[in-house]
Amino acid sequence: MTDATLSFEEAMEKYDPVLGFEVHVELNTKTKMFSSAPNVFGDEPNTNVNEVDLGMPGVLPVVNRTAIESSIKIGLALNCTIAENCRFARKNYFYPDTPKNFQTSQYDEPIAYDGYLDVELSDGTVFRVEIERAHMEEDAGKLTHMGGATGRIQGADYSLVDYNRSGVPLVEIVTKPIQGAGSRAPELAKAYVAAVREIVKNLGVSDARMERGNVRCDANVSLRPHGRERFGIRSETKNVNSLRAVEHAVRYEIQRHAAVLDSGEPVIQETRHWHEDTRTTTSGRAKSDADDYRYFPEPDLVPIVASRAWVEELRATLPEPPAARRKRLQSDWGYSDLEFRDVVNAGVMDEIEETIAAGATPTVARKWWMGEIVGRAKNADVDPGQLGVAPATIVELNKMVEDGKINNKMATEVLDGVLAGEGTPAEIVQKRGLAVVSDDGPLLEAIDAALAAQPDVADKIRGGKVQAIGAIVGGVMKATRGQADAGRVRELILEKLGVQV
Amino acid sequence: MTENNSELIRFTAAQLADKLAAGEVTAVEVTQAYLDRIAAVDGKVNAFLHVNTEEALAVAAEVDAIRAAGGAAAEELHVLAGVPIAVKDLIVTIGQPTTAGSKILEGWHSPYDATVVERLRAAKMPILGKTNLDEFAMGSSTEHSAYGPTHNPWDLERIPGGSGGGSAAAVAAFEAPLALGTDTGGSIRQPGAVTGTVGVKPTYGGVSRYGAIAMASSLDQIGPVSRTVLDSALLHQVIGGHDPRDSTSLQDPLEDLVAAARTGNVDGMKIGIIKALHGEGYQAGVENRFNESLELLKGAGAEIVEVSCPNFKYALGAYYLIMPSEASSNLAKFDGVRYGLRVLPEEGPLTIERVMGATRAAGFGDEVKRRIILGTYALSAGYYDAYYGSAQKVRTLIQRDFDAAFAKADVLISPTAPTTAFKLGEKLNDPLAMYLNDVATIPANMAGVPGLSLPGGLADEDGLPVGIQLLAPARQDARLYRVGAVLESLLEAQWGGPLLDKAPALTDTAPAVPSPTDSSSADAVASHGGSH
Repeated sequence: MTDATLSFEEAMEKYDPVLGFEVHVELNTKTKMFSSAPNVFGDEPNTNVNEVDLGMPGVLPVVNRTAIESSIKIGLALNCTIAENCRFARKNYFYPDTPKNFQTSQYDEPIAYDGYLDVELSDGTVFRVEIERAHMEEDAGKLTHMGGATGRIQGADYSLVDYNRSGVPLVEIVTKPIQGAGSRAPELAKAYVAAVREIVKNLGVSDARMERGNVRCDANVSLRPHGRERFGIRSETKNVNSLRAVEHAVRYEIQRHAAVLDSGEPVIQETRHWHEDTRTTTSGRAKSDADDYRYFPEPDLVPIVASRAWVEELRATLPEPPAARRKRLQSDWGYSDLEFRDVVNAGVMDEIEETIAAGATPTVARKWWMGEIVGRAKNADVDPGQLGVAPATIVELNKMVEDGKINNKMATEVLDGVLAGEGTPAEIVQKRGLAVVSDDGPLLEAIDAALAAQPDVADKIRGGKVQAIGAIVGGVMKATRGQADAGRVRELILEKLGVQV
Repeated sequence: MTENNSELIRFTAAQLADKLAAGEVTAVEVTQAYLDRIAAVDGKVNAFLHVNTEEALAVAAEVDAIRAAGGAAAEELHVLAGVPIAVKDLIVTIGQPTTAGSKILEGWHSPYDATVVERLRAAKMPILGKTNLDEFAMGSSTEHSAYGPTHNPWDLERIPGGSGGGSAAAVAAFEAPLALGTDTGGSIRQPGAVTGTVGVKPTYGGVSRYGAIAMASSLDQIGPVSRTVLDSALLHQVIGGHDPRDSTSLQDPLEDLVAAARTGNVDGMKIGIIKALHGEGYQAGVENRFNESLELLKGAGAEIVEVSCPNFKYALGAYYLIMPSEASSNLAKFDGVRYGLRVLPEEGPLTIERVMGATRAAGFGDEVKRRIILGTYALSAGYYDAYYGSAQKVRTLIQRDFDAAFAKADVLISPTAPTTAFKLGEKLNDPLAMYLNDVATIPANMAGVPGLSLPGGLADEDGLPVGIQLLAPARQDARLYRVGAVLESLLEAQWGGPLLDKAPALTDTAPAVPSPTDSSSADAVASHGGSH
């Protein structure tokens, strides 16, 4: 059954959206949150586990110090207050992906709280998102439901569980209700998650790969009529795991809520599942405030004491924040706002920075990445950085052009050779026999032939119509299979015809 | 059993250590003597759930070989190397089953050793086997074991205390010179009291809990069970000290507890009597023995002072909120998904919830279910503050009572349990009466302070052992041994030998019954099933 929706425009006319996000960030610590088992993605199921991760009788957790440091760094990067003392709690519920049948999490004492993140939208508008808290917890195992139509546990023939992910350290970042985004709510949703992802990646505390579940988003949406203070009833769309999907899910939920409200029915407080294929959500579990996880302080762990000295030590190690870095790079490179935004949106800012560091000018670096590589990446359906073009390759190519060894057309051919794995630019130039012909002998022969072939054009040039020279140059280039230096060809033609320019 | 063997088992661990070091006996002889004793009497006592014959003898043989070879390796042998020990079946061991006294773990083998077991192995102490207990250590009589009750060697019709009745009875019946117990509300000390043995609950964090199947994490503590104060100190020294795998483990280096036990002295010490922990509700024979001990200590130069702990009266109530709350969460992992029993519902759909439900319904006994339900209720939203929250406040008040008491006294003293051993079945249908057994031992767990129980003599009315409890401030476990050793020697001088010399010889009565390794058979379970 598909839910009724209003058009986004109509929904916006009638209602004001309020958003909220819970973003789970998997930390890239060597070992797990509470055990010494490796924290590695993609290994054989149930190999990165020990007795603690499997919830064997008698085991005890021990907190991973690096995970605490990473959490504090995230808190600082989100402008949060870092708690001097905080504790873990047990969240009790029975589910087979949770080996102890409770999740060790933070409840009323998060490690970081009361922060904000300034999120820049595509047109440069900055929107401040208030952060309520960032707390630590452990990830659950991964269930795969076999058989059944839905891929859910209900109706499955059996389910497989992989505890490799069980106990992977997570930081959950919870926003305060986000008001005032209006029709830009879907865009803000995407930009917020992108900004969080960028921050944790920049801190080096997470691999931040959404396709691997390193960053996962639960999106809360509610609507209220314009001008009303009180929030509407919210839905929580779980596990929206790409930036695009976050935008679409928020947009869809706004349209769905609007239709429900228009029909006079109450919105049900529930979790929703996101479906990428249909770009819709469906009802999950009814969620009420009566959900009782019987939280209580984890008696197997002592409180975490974050001394101010430690916090300041960590603050001193923080890298430059992404927004500040962007501002600096744009100014250093002298790109216009539009040029820079294009670079950022194409996802090649880091690559351009590295290329410049390798010796290219900002203009040359941008020309290659934006002019050549981004398009090829799009065709290959990968990120530009994943094509495997080393900054040094670009510098080498550019130098060959500047030295007149090859021309621009050849350079793109060499780039294709590099991407095809044929070797370094120099090797490819040699292998493919690419070189600008600079020996006048063969050129003069080709020029004679071209002039003979187009005597009318030759006459025009002699008569002072120098702009007609293109046809002869083209003929020469064709005859030399593009290897001639077009500038030199032009000079020789004019010389031959005795035309002074 | 040879004459030699029957003598061997009556030596204390310290004496055995000396004899082994002097080459007067071999570790294999000692271990075999205990295995023979187990085979002879455990059919009546049912202290053991599993007997670890082969491995125990192999470890003993290794010790003998090292000693025979001499040299550095022999010199580096731990003082207790070759002295056998029994381990409460709540503590996980590689190579032997660990059941926690529950059907839900029947046949389960741990893939890892508890830290304390690693330390026993490092000291090369042969592990004789795993001892019986109330299921998941929930009980004061060992009657809540899924594998049948343990019997008190002083009177086989009576309970050996609990939850560590198996460890205490094994030591009292000379089936082991030493044992490990766990103490959440008195499970080491109360069985010690009713079996005439010594039991110590160390300071919370003094001994690693890694590998002790948790009942109530903030209260549980592993500790020694023995026949003498010195033996407990020797064992405490083996198992104590920091463990990085237990976050609640203390960083402090271990004090020299053995030296404290050897140089016992109470001269000039202030020993506090807690008004709340004797008198009304305590059996007359228990009171009499307690008062005699006070006189002996006074005679040895101690000053007896009275301390008031006004909040101790709330300890039992608060304990029965905190302990079940933590237990309800700790026992959630027993769900049939990863290990242990798995029961499929007899009818209806096979969903994960229903399999978990059927497994837990079949696998847990009544007392465990009672505590899980209590704890689940106490932690529920809307009740948390009134129950768990209030209980935690009481805990703070009890800690303050102790602080005030220890400002006036170096150690505190009380009877360990209000009564001597009651009859099997007597309190099985009255949980509240059962819970009252721990009224004197619970405050120590609530505050994390150490406690020791030692035999105080036999009650006039029933001739059964009475326990005397000593309590010291946190991290001052050595004081327990210093005072305990003095009181023990004064009492033994009065009795003309160890109290256990007065216990009945179990071999005089009925013929030996089958090996205790069979005690987990269906018969043993059936005899217990549905009894409460």
